[in-house]
Order: sequence, then C-alpha cells, then structure tokens
Amino acid sequence: MNRAAAEAVLIRAGALLASMALFGAFVALAGADPFDVFYQMYRGSFGTSFSVQNTLLRAAPLMLTALCTAIPARLGLMVIGGEGAMVIGGLASITCGLACGAMPPWFVTVAMAVAGIAAGGAWVGFSGALRAYRGVNETISTLLFNYIAIALLSYFVEGPMRDPTSLNKPSTRAIPAEDMLQSIPGLEVHWGLVFGLVACVIAHVLMMRSVFGFGAAIAGGNLRAGMLCGLPVRRMMIIAAVLGGGAAGLAGMAEVAAVHGRANASLVTGYGYTGILVSFMAQHEPLAIIPVALLFGGIGASNGLLQRVDHLPDATVAVLQGILFVVILASETLYGRFAIFRPREERVVRSAVRGPTPEAI
Amino acid sequence: MSAAISTNGAPRDADSVPRVPIVPVKGPPRAPPQLAAEGIAKSFGSLVVLEDVSLTLPPGTFHALLGENGAGKSTLVKCIMGYQPADAGRILIDGAPVKIESTRAAQAHGIGMVYQHFTLVPNMTVAENLVMARADVPLVIDWNKEREGLRAFMAGMPFQIDPSRVVRSLAAGERQKLEILKQLYLGNRILILDEPTSVLTPSEADEVLGMLRAMAHAREISILMITHKFREVTSFADEVTVLRRGRVAGQGLVKDLTTADMASMMVGGEVPRASSSRAELELGDVRLSLHDIRAVDDRGIGVLDGISLQVKAGEIVGIAGVSGNGQDELLEVIAGQRELAGGEMRVNGVRYTATREETRTAKMRCLPEEPLRNACVSNMSVSENIGFRGYDRPPFTLWGWLVRRDALRRHAAECVSAFKIKTPSVDTAMARLSGGNVQRSVLARELQGEPRVLVVANPCFGLDFAAVAFIRTRLLEARNSGVAVLLISADLDEIFALSDRILVISGGRMVYETPIASAEVATIGKHMAGHG
Repeated sequence: MNRAAAEAVLIRAGALLASMALFGAFVALAGADPFDVFYQMYRGSFGTSFSVQNTLLRAAPLMLTALCTAIPARLGLMVIGGEGAMVIGGLASITCGLACGAMPPWFVTVAMAVAGIAAGGAWVGFSGALRAYRGVNETISTLLFNYIAIALLSYFVEGPMRDPTSLNKPSTRAIPAEDMLQSIPGLEVHWGLVFGLVACVIAHVLMMRSVFGFGAAIAGGNLRAGMLCGLPVRRMMIIAAVLGGGAAGLAGMAEVAAVHGRANASLVTGYGYTGILVSFMAQHEPLAIIPVALLFGGIGASNGLLQRVDHLPDATVAVLQGILFVVILASETLYGRFAIFRPREERVVRSAVRGPTPEAI
Repeated sequence: MSAAISTNGAPRDADSVPRVPIVPVKGPPRAPPQLAAEGIAKSFGSLVVLEDVSLTLPPGTFHALLGENGAGKSTLVKCIMGYQPADAGRILIDGAPVKIESTRAAQAHGIGMVYQHFTLVPNMTVAENLVMARADVPLVIDWNKEREGLRAFMAGMPFQIDPSRVVRSLAAGERQKLEILKQLYLGNRILILDEPTSVLTPSEADEVLGMLRAMAHAREISILMITHKFREVTSFADEVTVLRRGRVAGQGLVKDLTTADMASMMVGGEVPRASSSRAELELGDVRLSLHDIRAVDDRGIGVLDGISLQVKAGEIVGIAGVSGNGQDELLEVIAGQRELAGGEMRVNGVRYTATREETRTAKMRCLPEEPLRNACVSNMSVSENIGFRGYDRPPFTLWGWLVRRDALRRHAAECVSAFKIKTPSVDTAMARLSGGNVQRSVLARELQGEPRVLVVANPCFGLDFAAVAFIRTRLLEARNSGVAVLLISADLDEIFALSDRILVISGGRMVYETPIASAEVATIGKHMAGHG
C-alpha cells in the first residue's frame, strides 16, 4: 500500500518536474530567463496575498469542472463536457436570477444555484443517457455538446436575452448588485470556492465511501461484473453524468452570480477544459482535485505577471498547461514499470511470467 | 482410435496420403533432427521452477509432457524456445549443443511452437496468415505465385484448409489445424504444442492428434505436447515425461505405464478427488425454469434458439456441448449480462430479470468461467471483490448508505481461511492472485448466504488437481444441501462426474436429455456433434 502511494506521488512529482523543464526550455527559446519566469510564476500565484486570492478565485471553478470528468470516470465514462455544462449552467442561472427579480437575495442565490446545477446536470446527463441506451460514445458527444452549448449562449446573448445597452460586448441584463454572490467574510474570494471545496468533499464521500460509489467502482472497473451483480448500470451511468454536469453547472452559476453578474462570452473561459486536466492529474479522486485545482489556478493567476514582467505572450500558460497534460498522460504508462515500487512477493512472480502465456509458470 | 480419425470429417485417411515434401521451399524431405534438453534448471528469485530436467526427442516421436499447473511444463518449453534463458543445462540438436536465445533462433533449428491461444489474425485469409508468418516476406508479394505455392503445400498435407477463407470464419478446430499447418509451412520439423486440444471437441482433438501422430510415425515431424489429459497421452503419445514441482517425476514409454502410474507421478501419491459424494436426495421443487429463451450475439446473430429447461432443488443439471454452441450466451442471459431477445426466466416460480433485488431475494448465484474477466474487478481488493454481493446491506453498511470496509475486510478474512484462498492479504488487488485463487474467491462470494440456485460455467478450466477437487467438492456439497445447480461445461468428464441429469446443447438448442444413470459418452458425443 505504501509503495503504491509512494509510486503515485513520485511519478506525479516527476511528471511535474519534467513539465517544468520542458516549459523552461520553451520560455528560454522565447527569449525569457526560465528561472525568472518560475520566480514570477511563484509571485503571481502564491507570493502575495493578492495573488493567493487570485489563485483561489481561479481554483474554485476548476474544482467543480474537474468533478464533471472525475465522477463519471469512476463508472468508466470519459466525459469532457465540463465547458458546455458550465456555459449552460451559467445561462440557466442568469435566466432564473433575472426571473426572480424581487425575491430576497438569499432566495435568488439558491434558485440560481439550483438552476445551474439542474441545467448542467441535464446537459451532461443527456450524453450519459445516449451512452447508456444508445451506445453513443460519451467522449465524442460531450465534446460536441460543448460547441452546441457555446452556440446556444451566443444565440441567447445576442438575440432574445440581449441587454440593449450592451453595445461592444453583447450580454444579458445584469442581476442587481445585492443579488450577487458575496465574498467569503475576511477574504476577497467569493463563495464559489466553498462550493468547490464542499462539492469535492461530498463527491469523495459519495464515490469512495458510499454504497453508490462502491457499485460505481464495480461497474466502472468491469461492466460484466457489474451486470453479474445485478447493478442498474445504465441508471448509474446517467446518475454519474448528471452529478458531474451539475458540478460544472454550479461553476457556471458562480461565474455569473459572483464575477460577471450577467451572461456573456466571458463565460467561455476554458475552465471546463482545464478541469479535464485537473481531473486526470488527480487520477479522478475528488479530494486530490483540491490541491491540483489550486496548482492550476496558480498557473492561471501568474499569467498577468508573465506578460508584464517577462514580456511573454498570454498563450504562455496555455503552453504550460498543454505540456503538463501531455506529460501527465504519458506518465500514466509508467505505473508498474519500476521494480522498487512493487510489493516484494510480486517482484518474484512478475519476473517469472514474461512470455506469451502469463497464466502458466 | 484410428477409426475415429477416419470417420470424423478428415479429408482423407491420414495414413494413405501420398507424401510430397512438406517443406516446398527447403529441399528434400528428411527426418527431423533429434532434440535434447539436458539438466535444465530455472529459478525466479527464490522460486525454483525447474531443477535438472532432461528429455530427449528422437526423430519421429510423439512425446507428451505431463504435469499439473505450475509443474514447470511451460517454463521448460520457454527455455527450449528461447523465450527465457535457462539458468543451467543445455539444448542439443542432433547431439550438438546449440544456443537458442530467441524464437527466431529456435525456428532456424526447425523448432516451432503452437500455442494454447491462437496467434492468427482473424480478419485475414488463411493464405495471408501463412505468408505473413514467414521471416522472409518480400516487400512486394506476388500473390499468384504464393497461392500456387500454398496449393502445392496444402496438397501434401494430411489435412487441408482453403487458403482463401478468412480466419474469422474458421471453427476452433480448423484454427488449431491452421496453427499446426503454419508451423509446417514455416519448415519447422519439431513441433511443440501447448495444450493444443483445450479448445477442440473430443472428435476434433482425436482427428488433429491422430494426424500429428501419423506424420510423426512417418518421420516427418517430432512432437512435444504439453497436456494434462491422460487420455491424449495414452491414445497418441509414444513417450511421456511427467513433471512435478519442477523435477522429472517419471519418464518412459507410454505403453509401459498405466494412467494410475502417471497420475501418481503427477501428484506424488493419491489422485485427489471430490471428497463429497452424491447423496441420494428427494428432488425438490423447480427452482430455475427457462422457457423458450432466445438471444442474439454481439453481432446481432441469433445464438440461442428457444432454450427451455428446469432445474430442481438438489440436482445438478449438466449442459454438455462443444464450445461456441450458445453456452456463453446462455450463461450471460442468466447472469444478466446479455439481454433476452425472447422467452422468460423464472426462479422459484417468480419471473426473473436478474436485477440486484431479484438476485438477492431468489438467492441466485452465478460462477462464470474466466472469473477475472466476468465476475471480478481486477484492481479492486480481494475483500471488496468478495463483498460484491452484500456490500449494500447490513452488516456491511452504516446508516444504510455508507460501506463499512472494516466489516468487508473481516468477512473476507473468514472466506480466505474457509476457502483456503492464497493471498498476501485481503487488501491485495484481485489481479495479483493466481487463477485458482481468483476462482476460490468468487466461489466464496457466490456460495455465501445459502444460495438456492447456482449457475456454473467451466468452473475448473485451467485449474490444478487440488483446486479442481476442492471446487467440485463444494459444488456437490451445495447440491447435497438442496441447491439447484446448473453446470455448463465443455469438459465431458466434469459433466459426468457431477451431473444428475445431462442436457446437450447444439446450435443454440437443447438437443438431448438423459439422466446420468443411462448416459453414454458415445450418444452424447453424437448429439454434441449435431448428428442427433
């Protein structure tokens, strides 16, 4: 057990170091001093109280969009529709927020959150149902649904829901300032961070400790075994997709209710895609998503300083994220390759079964 | 046995075929070289797998290598084939020591291996598979020339397969023949076969082995065959080497040995058998009832064509049949892994659709073959896997919705000792257990909580003597305690050893039924072959 944990940590850390090295080479080619870049990244992400808050603000939606990939992944579904679910969740929550104009602020917030969760859940849940009952590949369908979601956002923002006073940047009307999601007392970080943390903890209990999560692990680990146990595999797939989509929808709600106050193209942030990356790096474990989301939030937060101090283009952090994604995926193949991480008794057996018929010694 | 060879669809009588050189590209026929292994030893860490094993394969002999699982048969063969170097000892070809460090080197000495599992490309034709297997495939293949060469080659073989057929369309027996043809086509004269008949019907097995023996006796090839079936040794082999725990436990001419001799060499004493015998029981009420079951396979082709059967409390109903006649799909339907296309299942008289709730109330349990693929999650722990049936009910739940892993672990520890599962701990991943121990774990899970109906498929496939005896004992005990058992098995011996009643499945239909008392192998075999 300890060896397995050490293996996971060391491979992860190795992947991170390798990514940093590649990224350092990249910024050196771009004419910057890699060590200064790393220092600026530290300053921009965790170095000051301002940058820490910036990091936290960015980490909050990442935790939620990462869950959109992580929860269905326990059932063997590869959902990459966090971006679309976030957009649809944001759109639904602003619709709802504008509709309940005169209600007390707490009511508006709850209603917007429920609308965001429901819309995001339905959005990804539909892909889950297509997979469960029609065998449609959920990776492809959630990816394509992202484009549909963004197109829908454009349609409503530039058409039926457009605020006539928004000229340069078509937007919906804004919710009143008192209905906006407030900051956590003592921090300049909105409650979305708490949503993210709580969602990760709930997802952890649900997927790693509950009866549902145990069944999901069976069906996700081996569909045939799940069916043998009589598990309602299809229903479970849809539930997992709905839960994941709901989390991403809540991220959209937080962006609308806390940051923009309205829905517009700013809702298409890329958090949905970065969330995929976060989920993979956390090996789809909800609790591990929290630190990984902080790391990626920090990378995003350092973007401004890199542009100002090192005169690097704003796509630089996207390059780093891309490097991280590829290196982390590649590092997944390293598990079990290092003899030192194998339990003692297995090291003997492993070496005994090279050749085409591993079942016979 | 030769009668069986000529009657079972063999294109020609093997012994009367006029021989042409079997190696069209490599010159005149000559006897295969003599292969000898001397003092082979091999260990992995502290685990000694082979110790001072020697055997000689004179030209034109059919040599059987007999032993339990783990006796070292496969390791010995791998050392000969150059998959892994032996720690000590040497290989001699015609008396001269040779170094074989790769399968390519083995082939250069004319040694070829036929594996238990097929190594053919299903989407390609027979001709493509054969030509592609050659080491010297030219950049541009002149298919007309190759086809001509293949036709000449096939004409000289005791059995033919149309080179233009796609491998996917070949039956298991034909594929096995093609594997053998491939080795001959490659010019290999010493054939090593690893349990070549495990996927064949008894008659197909007789046919293939009969032809191999005829070719060996014509001094065209020599054969070293790994097996654990005594019948194949006594019927076909000239010489036998018995391995036990990595040592030669016995060696000699087959005609000098009895089956009992060989069995005692293999296990080093008494042959283990199920320690429980079949008690005389009053049959109970009907527990499992299938009515006109229909199902289609993954490609949408009908594979179950109206199966009806009943299993009563306290009986074992054995379903015999050649693999691929609908057994897999029948088990999947009952296990809830495949949708019904028609018909109805009833358990204890109640309609059954294999939901978790129904499975639980009916106490219906299932032991599919290849349990790691069909009934386990390989990266979950032993304790979790044992808990699959009960994790969502007390005592394994807390407040109705949390899983108590400590309770699962305690329960698994009891199962590990009761079913003698060999595992480092209950937290070990299932994938790390050996096949027999995976099977024991699944058996422990499926037998817990007094099942009323048990459906079992090939429960002893690939397991060693001790595991087989253990599992059969448990099945008989279950039957004696009043469980209704449906046993689907490709092993006729197993069907006869356990069943109270035998059904034969062929082409997705039940074609024959007999109580064990009046069951005859010959009749059942005829129905299995579809000649009812």
